[in-house]
Amino acid sequence: MSAVAVKYPELKAMGVEVLAMSVDSRFSHKIWQEEELSKMVEGGVPFPMLTDPGGNVGRVYGVYDEASGVDIRGRFIIDPDFNIRAMEVLTSEVGRNVAELIRQVQAFQHVAKTGEVTPSGWRPGKATLSPDPDLTGKVWKVWKPEQAFE
Amino acid sequence: MAEPKDGCVKPAAGVLGVPPSKEKATSSPALAAEEVAPKLSARVGHPAPDFEVNAYVEGGFKNVKLSDYKGKWIVLCFYPGDFTFV
Repeated sequence: MSAVAVKYPELKAMGVEVLAMSVDSRFSHKIWQEEELSKMVEGGVPFPMLTDPGGNVGRVYGVYDEASGVDIRGRFIIDPDFNIRAMEVLTSEVGRNVAELIRQVQAFQHVAKTGEVTPSGWRPGKATLSPDPDLTGKVWKVWKPEQAFE
Repeated sequence: MAEPKDGCVKPAAGVLGVPPSKEKATSSPALAAEEVAPKLSARVGHPAPDFEVNAYVEGGFKNVKLSDYKGKWIVLCFYPGDFTFV
């Protein structure tokens, strides 16, 4: 959570609202913010911390784990039309990659704006593809897989 | 006595858009609960399931509805629990 908070200004500048959610109560959220998060990130986490008692929201999003009674790490990108664009769900031992989250939002925003599509590993400034019947079978001419890692 | 403005438990609608449970003559609460339990419905390219829940926001408590943020890009992050390590 604190890693997302560090990148929050960048997300905010991109017009992104962040919402965090766990099965903990709002009272627990408050104390975690005051006692720990505010010491890891200046001012604490700047986005709403939502409660999901009983995991009902987590069930609908496919992240509630009955065995442990918690919502496991799940991240959903929702577009302005309220459609889910991306989801990533991890078991709890591995933290998320906020840089990849930002890259995906940038790509979805670019696609929404331009109608172009973004090949593997795309970042702002890199080549995109324009879907066209003439491009069928010819992607190899304009895009090489190595570009995904440049 | 007047209701406290913000007590220990504040009602929130929870998952929205779930059809109201049909009153059925069943003696098993477990069965009834199973019938109304929300089902996985989040899919990419499909509308985000809406909900209203209690939240801690900017130092205070309020209810937050996901669809209040409609029209913006939203990143919804679930995490296993406060005070966890990762």
